Amino acid sequence: MASDTPHIEVEDLTMAYGSFVCISIRRGEVFIIMGGSGCGKSTLLRHLVGLKDPSNGRILFDGVDFTNANEETRQEILRRFGVLFQSGALWSSMTLAENISLPIAEFTDLPDREIREIVSYKLSLVGLRGFEEFYPSEISGGMCKRAGLARAMALDPEILFFDEPSAGLDPISSRRLDDLILQLRDNLGTTIVVVTHELQSIFAIADNSVFLDSHSRTMKAMGNPHELLKHSHDPDLIQFLTRGQKSPTQSNQAA
Amino acid sequence: METESSISMVKILHRSPDTLELFVSGDCNLYSQAPDIRILKEELEGKNALKNLVFDLSGLNNWDSRLTTFLVACCNLCRQYEIQYDLNTLPKGLHGLIALAEAVPEKTDTRLHQNPSPFLERVGLHTQQSYQKSLEIFTFIGECLIALVRMVTGRARFRWSDVALTIQECGAEALGIVALISFLIGLILAFVGAVQLQQFGAAIYVADLVGIAMVREMGCIMTGIIMSGRTGAAFAAQLGSMKVNEEIDAFRTFGFSAVEFLVLPKMLALILMMPLLTVFADFFGILGGFVVGLGMLDLSYTEYFNETVSSISLTNFFIGIVKGSFFGILVAISGCLRGMQCGNNSAAVGLATTSAVVSGITTIIVADAVFAVLFNALKI
Repeated sequence: MASDTPHIEVEDLTMAYGSFVCISIRRGEVFIIMGGSGCGKSTLLRHLVGLKDPSNGRILFDGVDFTNANEETRQEILRRFGVLFQSGALWSSMTLAENISLPIAEFTDLPDREIREIVSYKLSLVGLRGFEEFYPSEISGGMCKRAGLARAMALDPEILFFDEPSAGLDPISSRRLDDLILQLRDNLGTTIVVVTHELQSIFAIADNSVFLDSHSRTMKAMGNPHELLKHSHDPDLIQFLTRGQKSPTQSNQAA
Repeated sequence: METESSISMVKILHRSPDTLELFVSGDCNLYSQAPDIRILKEELEGKNALKNLVFDLSGLNNWDSRLTTFLVACCNLCRQYEIQYDLNTLPKGLHGLIALAEAVPEKTDTRLHQNPSPFLERVGLHTQQSYQKSLEIFTFIGECLIALVRMVTGRARFRWSDVALTIQECGAEALGIVALISFLIGLILAFVGAVQLQQFGAAIYVADLVGIAMVREMGCIMTGIIMSGRTGAAFAAQLGSMKVNEEIDAFRTFGFSAVEFLVLPKMLALILMMPLLTVFADFFGILGGFVVGLGMLDLSYTEYFNETVSSISLTNFFIGIVKGSFFGILVAISGCLRGMQCGNNSAAVGLATTSAVVSGITTIIVADAVFAVLFNALKI
């Protein structure tokens, strides 16, 4: 696949309440979907991963239409990405090892021994080596989230979606997760889409971003957040990126 | 020109023809006497000359939200009567709190408390909703059928270990309650029958009554109702909380079908277990009648046994089992359907569970009535 085709493309997506989104995400970049509460960023993510059907527009992966795909193509595309849900969404009736091995066992023909090794390796990547036999209810929220990430990475996806990765994490774990995201991008070339409003994370990891406005519920700006902060004239965006400390006039003078 | 209010701590003084003074002293908190906004309102009513309101809170002792609520109400009144007031004379903490309360204007365009929509509109909406709901039910039943077909052809993705676990939960672990309830039902039937039949010296027919009633009707119906309250509710609660926790979404993003992976094992387990539980219930019901027959009616063991065996035909026995299996399907479908329809919060899980039990029991009774008419028409 040529590197100049966008990895994910959203064409004229109209979401339930009538907002209009048009974005393209390049292969191997960290793309942030940001905005205040209630701006529809989680809804946009649910559209991207196929949990919601758009009322209009379409979503393409590597130029292949995902929205109107038949069952076979859809399954094939689903196999290529992993999703980390806000609370981890581990299957509570299974141990961590079973959570991670289930997709591997269902979609590959690997022998059990090899699956166990892969599971241990994935758990050690997120710092949970030795927790194979624990149930999700027996570990903390932050650990659930990391285990959820291990499960999302189970099938070595090309794309990882994160829904509010730093929500409910302490500052150090949150920082570690940011580092892990950058490592995944640099070492595996994974395309990463993150929904967040955590400014520190946004500035630390973003290559590109889209800002959704909570009043008009549409996309307001797209680009690297550092650049956006320097050059944007949009008062809502500037307020968001500076925690409401800078009025637009001040920032324009600074620029 | 001084007006004494009924509350000792709050006074309103007329300082000049166009200036009122609000004087508060002593304690003003949740446990003290209430400051009443009406005393200010009475003062303001119909007096156009008033232009200013000043505060004198120098004698204030303890205060909390009670006072701030009162002062905010005063400010609102002043704005209504177009009277100037100056918050800067208030103590610093109070001033800050009131400014904070008034910083964001009240949202007036919230649609929550709008007048109810016209009658016809509501009727239309409800009709649309019922149509949508019945569509959902049929879609779900269709999905279950497709999953069953895929299982038969070996293409369904689910784990047999889940089936085994559910069989244990809804089969073996339900034996105790099914035994107890059906034993007592048999006992009750025998008592009711015995009182009538003894008058004609036909006490031996209690065995026929209990045998046929248990095997043909009560065994499967009681098992169905127990399973609906026990297992159907558990299915709905489990699937509902998985939905709240985004676990079902996680299945979907991996390309697993939630119906195949979660609903199919539950349906299979219940369809396999219900006939067995029905036979079990039949046995214990007859045992209940047997205890009454031996203990109260002085029948002998062989008498009761022979009468029971000769009264129950194999047809009645199989009718009970067929109905039991069908009730199992109904319980599984209503439990799983309500679980999958569950909303995204914990209150919705409670609703889903209630609704699963109610629709489970209702459909069982309705289906039993249909069976009764059907078998009667077919003369079975």
